[in-house]
Amino acid sequence: MDTTKKKELQALACKVRMGVIEGTGNAKSGHPGGSLSIADIVTYLYFNEMNVDPANPKWADRDRFVLSKGHTAPALYAALALKGFFSWDHIKTLRQPDSILQGHPSMHYTPGVDMSTGSLGQGLSAAVGMALGAKLQGKAFRVYAPLGDGEIEEGQIWEAAMFAGNKGLDNLVAIVDWNNLQIDGTLDEVNSPCPIDEKFAAFGWNVITIDGHDFDQIDDAFTAAKACKGKPTCIVAKTIKGKGVSFMEDKCEWHGSAPNAEQYEQAMAELNAALAEVEA
Amino acid sequence: MADVIKCATRDAYGNALKALGTRDDILVLDADLAKATKTGVFKKEYPDKFIDAGIAEGNMMGVAAGLATTGYTVFASSFAMFSAGRAFEQVRNSIAYPKLNVKIGATHAGISVGEDGASHQCCEDIALMRVVPNMTIINPADDVEAYQAVLAAADHDGPVYMRFGRLAVPRVNGEDYKFELGKGVTLKDGRDVTIVATGLMVAEALEAAKLLEADGIDARVINIHTIKPIDKDLLVKAAEETGAIVTAEEHSVIGGLGGAVCEVLSESCPVPVLRLGVYDTFGKSGPAVKLLKLFGLDAEHIAEKAKQAVALKK
Repeated sequence: MDTTKKKELQALACKVRMGVIEGTGNAKSGHPGGSLSIADIVTYLYFNEMNVDPANPKWADRDRFVLSKGHTAPALYAALALKGFFSWDHIKTLRQPDSILQGHPSMHYTPGVDMSTGSLGQGLSAAVGMALGAKLQGKAFRVYAPLGDGEIEEGQIWEAAMFAGNKGLDNLVAIVDWNNLQIDGTLDEVNSPCPIDEKFAAFGWNVITIDGHDFDQIDDAFTAAKACKGKPTCIVAKTIKGKGVSFMEDKCEWHGSAPNAEQYEQAMAELNAALAEVEA
Repeated sequence: MADVIKCATRDAYGNALKALGTRDDILVLDADLAKATKTGVFKKEYPDKFIDAGIAEGNMMGVAAGLATTGYTVFASSFAMFSAGRAFEQVRNSIAYPKLNVKIGATHAGISVGEDGASHQCCEDIALMRVVPNMTIINPADDVEAYQAVLAAADHDGPVYMRFGRLAVPRVNGEDYKFELGKGVTLKDGRDVTIVATGLMVAEALEAAKLLEADGIDARVINIHTIKPIDKDLLVKAAEETGAIVTAEEHSVIGGLGGAVCEVLSESCPVPVLRLGVYDTFGKSGPAVKLLKLFGLDAEHIAEKAKQAVALKK
């Protein structure tokens, strides 16, 4: 990936992270940790990969994004706002009754949201249905579904993985946000789904393991996914929960708690500094 | 008396799907039960529009939802137990909440499943589906109604839960019958009590009315095929005009038709309502017809309840 493009994506990812902090900080609730860990991949998808049209969010031939790990909606909302699906002003209304931004993604409230998700384990099945729909209609659109590493403890994920593998849905990419932390602790402390790569491979998927914060590796992985025929691709993205905000990084307690006023200021200061560095 | 035609509503489901197969937007999904649910009738004719999801009902409902977002009208089938029961949360969150065009064809409802026994005899599905917002619920009385209900479901905007039976049941509707979603059908007028029935209990209700006639009781019989949204006007009118109601369903007396009728009438026209159904218990193995008798789901028990309801009138 050329340096200019990479810097552009890094800057956008900083802004997505600011949206996560602004949204959860104002809501005084939400899930910043996993939103920050998936931020680079969400940024890449909306600004370098997916064919979408903010002026026509229901365009039939658009690529689809199904946030199976729906609790990390703040990252998606920030990307959608930056992309122009709605104004950035909505970010601070996150989780309020009159907001278009629900706590978990809803396709009826939010322009650009392709599937209502949030109940873990269900999004991948819907993404599989979309990918199958594209195949049946001879359409070229692709479907992208980020999953949580804890989320894949749900049995339905493996029902969907088996089905997608058997159907050879090469227009489907699942991304496992492998930050190694879930609500009750590390994967090992809870009920580890590892080895993740071998499991998806056993279900007939093309599996690529990457550093989920390295845009060169992200770029290579999605390019390889597109080149792979006859199999769905699973990108196992090694990430850091809370990435980009020092005191949130690799801390389980930031899964589902929002920054207070002081933490908000510190997080924003760090992200602004990071943005200034990228843009320097 | 002329021979009564008997046919299972699941057969009508398969035939109606076959008729819908000419439409480009129709897809049918099943979870390894195509022979039993009768989606196999569609599969034979339209193999390219049939998808077997395997024994994974949760994923099937999610895949159906995803397909629906791409413009398809998707019929997803399994037994009632696994459609409303096992896949309840997928139906709620992936289908009903986003209000997608997925039509759930749930067969083998109630104890008339027969020999397979309690694990497969779902008497809770209406209750489960009724509490889900955006959901429409149809429980047809016979094959004529079932066939038309499937066509109506295909044209309805949003999710529909259709409840079908395994057992061949008497046909109660004539060839000129016109199914109208959300509208109850008065099959027999009467002044003294109203029997509100659904599914295979409609035929029993008509028999019960004959028994009651011999005892000098003039019973009205209403078929409620659409349990949600329920025909409030028809129920309130029946309560006002006959003063007593009996509900009859092959489903738990908790949360099904009986519950729905009580909810309407307690708020709009309180009269005695006696509920006949499965009394908070599991089914058991046995021939379906024997089981229906054993569980009191027959004309005699409806007639008995009707007499009790009349006695409660003020």
